[in-house]
Amino acid sequence: MNKPFAITLNVGSSLANKTGSWRSFRPAYVNRLPPCNNACPAGEDTQGWLFHAESGDYEAAWRHLTEANPMPAVMGRVCYHPCEGACNRGQLDSAVGINSVERFLGDEAIKQGWKFAAPAAETGKRILVVGAGPSGLSAAYQLRRMGHQVVIFEAGPLAGGMMRFGIPKYRLPREVLDAEVQRILDMGVEMRLNTKVEDLLKTMKEEKFDAAFLAVGAHIAKRTAIPAAESAKILDAVSVLRSMEGEDKPMLGRRVVVYGGGNTAIDVARTAKRLGAEEAIIVYRRTRDKMPAHDFEVEEALQEGVMMRWLSTIKQVGEGAIQVEKMELDENGKPVPTGEFDTLEADSVILALGQDVDLGLLNGVPDLSFEDGVVKVGENMMTGYPGIFAGGDMVPSDRTVTVGVGHGKLAARHINAWLAGTTYVKPPKKELATFEKLNTWYYTDADKTVRPMLDIIRRQSTFDEVQGGLNEDNALFEARRCLSCGNCFECDNCYGVCPDNAVIKLGPGKKFEFNYDYCKGCGVCVEECPCGAIKMEAEAS
Amino acid sequence: MGHQDVKFYQTGTFTVGNRLLPPEQRSVQSEIERTNSLNSGHRACQGCGEALGARYAIDAAMRATGNQLIAVNATGCLEVFSTPYPETSWQIPWIHSLFGNAAAVATGVAAAAKIRAQKAGKPLAETRVIAQGGDGGTTDIGFGCLSGMFERNDDVLYICYDNQAYMNTGVQRSSATPPAARTATTMPVGEHPGNEWGQGKNVPLIAMAHGIPYVATASVSDLRDLEYKVTKAMNMRGARYIHIFVPCPLGWGSASCDTIKLARLAKETGLFPVFEAEYGEVTNVSKIRQKQPVEAYLRLQRRFAHLFGKTPQLELIARFQAMADQNIRKFGLLGEDKATVGFPGSEHK
Ligand SMILES: Cc1cc2nc3c(=O)[nH]c(=O)nc-3n(C[C@H](O)[C@H](O)[C@H](O)COP(=O)(O)OP(=O)(O)OC[C@H]3O[C@@H](n4cnc5c(N)ncnc54)[C@H](O)[C@@H]3O)c2cc1C
Ligand SMILES: Cc1ncc(C[n+]2csc(CCOP(=O)(O)OP(=O)(O)O)c2C)c(N)n1
Ligand code: SF4
Ligand code: SF4
Ligand code: SF4
Ligand SMILES: [Mg+2]
Repeated sequence: MNKPFAITLNVGSSLANKTGSWRSFRPAYVNRLPPCNNACPAGEDTQGWLFHAESGDYEAAWRHLTEANPMPAVMGRVCYHPCEGACNRGQLDSAVGINSVERFLGDEAIKQGWKFAAPAAETGKRILVVGAGPSGLSAAYQLRRMGHQVVIFEAGPLAGGMMRFGIPKYRLPREVLDAEVQRILDMGVEMRLNTKVEDLLKTMKEEKFDAAFLAVGAHIAKRTAIPAAESAKILDAVSVLRSMEGEDKPMLGRRVVVYGGGNTAIDVARTAKRLGAEEAIIVYRRTRDKMPAHDFEVEEALQEGVMMRWLSTIKQVGEGAIQVEKMELDENGKPVPTGEFDTLEADSVILALGQDVDLGLLNGVPDLSFEDGVVKVGENMMTGYPGIFAGGDMVPSDRTVTVGVGHGKLAARHINAWLAGTTYVKPPKKELATFEKLNTWYYTDADKTVRPMLDIIRRQSTFDEVQGGLNEDNALFEARRCLSCGNCFECDNCYGVCPDNAVIKLGPGKKFEFNYDYCKGCGVCVEECPCGAIKMEAEAS
Repeated sequence: MGHQDVKFYQTGTFTVGNRLLPPEQRSVQSEIERTNSLNSGHRACQGCGEALGARYAIDAAMRATGNQLIAVNATGCLEVFSTPYPETSWQIPWIHSLFGNAAAVATGVAAAAKIRAQKAGKPLAETRVIAQGGDGGTTDIGFGCLSGMFERNDDVLYICYDNQAYMNTGVQRSSATPPAARTATTMPVGEHPGNEWGQGKNVPLIAMAHGIPYVATASVSDLRDLEYKVTKAMNMRGARYIHIFVPCPLGWGSASCDTIKLARLAKETGLFPVFEAEYGEVTNVSKIRQKQPVEAYLRLQRRFAHLFGKTPQLELIARFQAMADQNIRKFGLLGEDKATVGFPGSEHK
């Protein structure tokens, strides 16, 4: 080469200088576990589906969501959303309205008629599911997706379990439930209504089932011995709520007393109000903050005019009146009687003291173990009898729709493995994306979108749905409030902030790679990643 | 909150890119096709703010000029770490002469570009010129050349990468070094440990006093603002000046990963006001978004370690806070306040 004056070497590029050799720590892209996902009893990949919703691709979001849970429109109404309680954004302004977006996606799917795909191949295995509540339906859905033949036996006249015969219409309109149940049946799941399983082993043998998943729920109302007059009207909450689904609505009278402090007590009191009761009074032996009912439900009930009598027990039920005894809390927070009595007018008393499980179908099944009236299952959701699995309210756990759905999913995975003679191993839990791992500077300020509520007059007199949904605009807004904890959302920060140009951008949807030839290990990318999707690791040296 | 139009983009324009934003609203740095003016393999320290600031600025200028750009570099880290003979990291036409003459060399290059344009029958130079250097090369030794370039209104954008000392030769004090800071020449000993308290030299304000078309400050912590300012400057003619805040992990004794965080804190405390000015008047300031006390900034740097030790120098920390508070007042960095600094009446030059 003809070089200019005083030049002896060809021009070289600094690319010859591999500065990666300076490094003692290296950045690596990771996927951490967002706290919302971690808290979801149904195991939803919340952050994952919100990611799709953020770009307005609601169908992709819905498909991603329904891998874990086939009933987002139901879930978006009745779930107590522990995800939101864990949401990192709660430490910034207020939690992402995950549940409202879920409902929006569920409603959108019903509106657009999105369907589940039929399984790619049939396995030829036949599985019995007992009970068409959330847990049974979830298991049926997952098992069908895996290609198994699934038959649901349901004792009741309609599917849904407590979603239909417990949760009132004003919280869960039945068209929504029907649509989501039908979509599961449309995958080729067979359901036999009005078919109670009386002898499980017999049924399994007769119809050649390879395995069974039981989810019969807890439907027997607990009773307590209260001295009562002959003519006193004492009912139980589950029967009252159940009869709401039939032709003859329950006759409760003008003054209704509900005994208990759980969600069921609240629902039955709110139902009584809507049926025209002038007074609906909840009598509970502890204080408001000790009530097992969720605070927002107590609040909504109070708004609707339900009255509460805390620190009281019912001593006697007479005709048209009851006697209550005032309680006080001792130093351990336990209610103790005070000996002071009061009389309340009451045309009927509804007991909402919890439910027991009807385990009749298990008569004659060997090797089962029980605990407090429920069936014990292992980590794999299998009872002591090989091939019989169980979940939902009939096994020891929190009794919610979401837990039931989670059990159904987990059981399906174990059943699938068990049928193949293997064991399902849960993937190891990823490191939690805690708030400290985020760099929240980068997120735009935005308060939570509040769902509209039905006006109070209609809430006291009709069974119209109380809580409204989001529209497309504010659902998108709400989805975009997600911080994407622990998972790259392609903000390009790492690509931009590297002083050494050592981050390779692979293009939309393809994320990024480090160019370890030049990365000096400064860690700026790690510090400036908004969502904590990069971590620093020591070099092997 | 009632109905909300979806104009909300999760991170808005705070991040480098944002998959939800339309492409035209994304930064130059977010593009796969960015010039990477300062390529990998340069020998800057880990986490070098100057290397980052230079790539941010020059990539934006390349985009703004359709790649018709020459850069003139003063001696200093940026020059030394990028061009050990015969290697170069620069992927643009680039020239280095001396420590103190970058502005003068750039004036010459701009004159040559103008003559070439005139010979081709065009009124304006098509090749645009940037001069760049460190704070030492700008506020001290190169200051005479710089002031002359301003005064003649030469068609050059001068960019100062301010890391607050002569870093390349081992961290000596410059007229941009903050008070109390430890440097090799201002050790934390004696009655007034570290650098003297005084005014230092505020070159952005001095540049404004020249009445030139455009003066701005910027920071590696605010990429969008930096790109906006460089782009705006390259769309103007005449003498322009941008002063970019670039933390130096080595000279400041800070963790290499904290470079951007420190730049952000300098702005959020008010210690480094980010603004722009045209013809001597402030036209825009970047408001403080999450106000921070000066300690948050000072504590992360070993050059200020003697302020904290066993008996914290509360009085000195308070003086820093007073400096920050004065900037906040002077430049109107909070809320609806307006800037009160400026040298009005020079737009007819
Ligand atoms: C009033 C009320 C309100 C509630 N509100 C909420 C709420 O807002 N959110 C929430 O998450 N949870 C709520 N819950 C709890 C939730 O409904 C239950 O935890 C959940 O439905 C349990 O699901 P499951 O599938 O185990 O049983 P279930 O929903 O009880 O379903 C069991 C099904 O099995 C059928 N079955 C029973 N025995 C047999 C048999 N031998 N053969 C065939 N079929 C049989 C039953 O007919 C029923 O359909 C509420 C419960 C009540 C009572
Ligand atoms: C006339 C002259 N004096 C001194 C030097 C030595 N020298 C080279 S770089 C430098 C310091 C540069 O400091 P600054 O301009 O702030 O840039 P930085 O290295 O901090 O980026 C000095 C003193 C020189 N090259 N030329
Ligand atoms: S911000 Fe998003 S990813 Fe993080 S916890 Fe909340 S919903 Fe989950
Ligand atoms: S900085 Fe942005 S692009 Fe990089 S890993 Fe984190 S979220 Fe993804
Ligand atoms: S910013 Fe660049 S050099 Fe620094 S650790 Fe990240 S990839 Fe490596
Ligand atoms: Mg310097």
